[in-house]
Amino acid sequence: MIYMDNAATTMRKPKQVVQAVGEAMESMGNAGRGAHGASLSASRTIYNTRELVCNLFGGTNPRQVVFTSNSTESLNIAIKGLLEPGAHVITTMMEHNSVLRPLYEMCEKGIELSIVKCDKKGVFRISDMEELIEPQTKAIICTGGSNLTGNCVDLEKIGQIAREHGLLFIVDASQTAGVFPIDVQKMHIDVLCFTGHKSLLGPQGTGGMYVREGLSVRPLKSGGSGVQTYSRSHPKEMPTALEAGTLNGHGIAGLHAALEYLNEEGIDWIRKREQELMRRFYKGVKEIPGVKIYGDFSAMERCPIVALNIRDYDSSEVSDALLLDYEISTRPGAHCAPLMHEALGTVEQGAVRFSFSHYNTEEEIDTAICAVKELAKEE
Amino acid sequence: MRKKELKLVVTFHTTTDAMAMEKGCKKQGTPGRLIPVPREISAGCGLAWCAGLDDRELIRKVMDDIGVQEQDMHEVMI
Repeated sequence: MIYMDNAATTMRKPKQVVQAVGEAMESMGNAGRGAHGASLSASRTIYNTRELVCNLFGGTNPRQVVFTSNSTESLNIAIKGLLEPGAHVITTMMEHNSVLRPLYEMCEKGIELSIVKCDKKGVFRISDMEELIEPQTKAIICTGGSNLTGNCVDLEKIGQIAREHGLLFIVDASQTAGVFPIDVQKMHIDVLCFTGHKSLLGPQGTGGMYVREGLSVRPLKSGGSGVQTYSRSHPKEMPTALEAGTLNGHGIAGLHAALEYLNEEGIDWIRKREQELMRRFYKGVKEIPGVKIYGDFSAMERCPIVALNIRDYDSSEVSDALLLDYEISTRPGAHCAPLMHEALGTVEQGAVRFSFSHYNTEEEIDTAICAVKELAKEE
Repeated sequence: MRKKELKLVVTFHTTTDAMAMEKGCKKQGTPGRLIPVPREISAGCGLAWCAGLDDRELIRKVMDDIGVQEQDMHEVMI
């Protein structure tokens, strides 16, 4: 099987990650729930992982790294924990439902939402975003890169605008964390939300957020914390404030190994490799008659994603044929990005998304190009 | 239970601070170890850093260096 659905989850992980999870499941206790070796082993691994995450994102303090189960949970915590009724919020058509649905939910509670429009290539103008800023605007929430087109966003520029206008800047780094350089200080990011199982190469069920020091986020959950047992309220100190309940220590051990792998290999090398593979595929399919590609490929760097359609064929049918005839795994349909499909004009047809990993090979790319060519010939 | 002696016990607001303390002490070669918080200090659960009374200054230095603030610092028979 040729796996090209890495924007959904990277299926192939470094072997160290698999090994670390296995070892953790045989040796780890519950972090922060005792002073015995097994519990301390979990606590140490989790603390060391906080440091690695903090360093990766240019944070100032590992205590500001909160572990959650994925980006969706992090975004829910940030959106519901920072916005009050009456606040105006700006987001974009590029967003995934993990951003949009919590925002729509907050709209029912009285926030006002403006959505920056994208063109047919899935790109928005930052000047359009700036024009939407009103006196009651509280936050800008946007992705670092579209999970559908792979188009990236200039976070540094948006962060600068947010800072100039005194707005909170919340970023969904689901598609970019672990491959693209992210510096929360330089980019003026107040809350960075990430998942562990995509380009960070960790296990599913890991993820988290980096919260700027001094920013207080109202927690979604309260419960066990391992400290202040007899207090009726959940501790307010970070990161415990946002981490009620047992953490996914086994998964975080895997994420730790993944972060070490990324540090050893270097994210610049991984990104370069993925860009090469993505460009090779793009060049191979862009001239095929009947193939329509979505997204902006004039940008130097973009997420390693190519979304396409063949004529007016149902994207699900094409994806199914790719699997049955060529054993290529892709993702058809809507990709939880309803507004992006609206902008691209693909609400009915969906799109076939090929998303690559540095573990893919040139041979796999060429097989996929041939497959698209053959399918495009079919009547 | 066992023979006790007077020790310095530092408590923290979070497990994360306790882990930062352990790492900082280890890095600087400062003696001590993590223990469950004794009941004389708190009836709740949690971790505390336990060291000899003579190590108070060394411990304070580690905490300053790594930016950890104690919840409390006690002298306890342990």
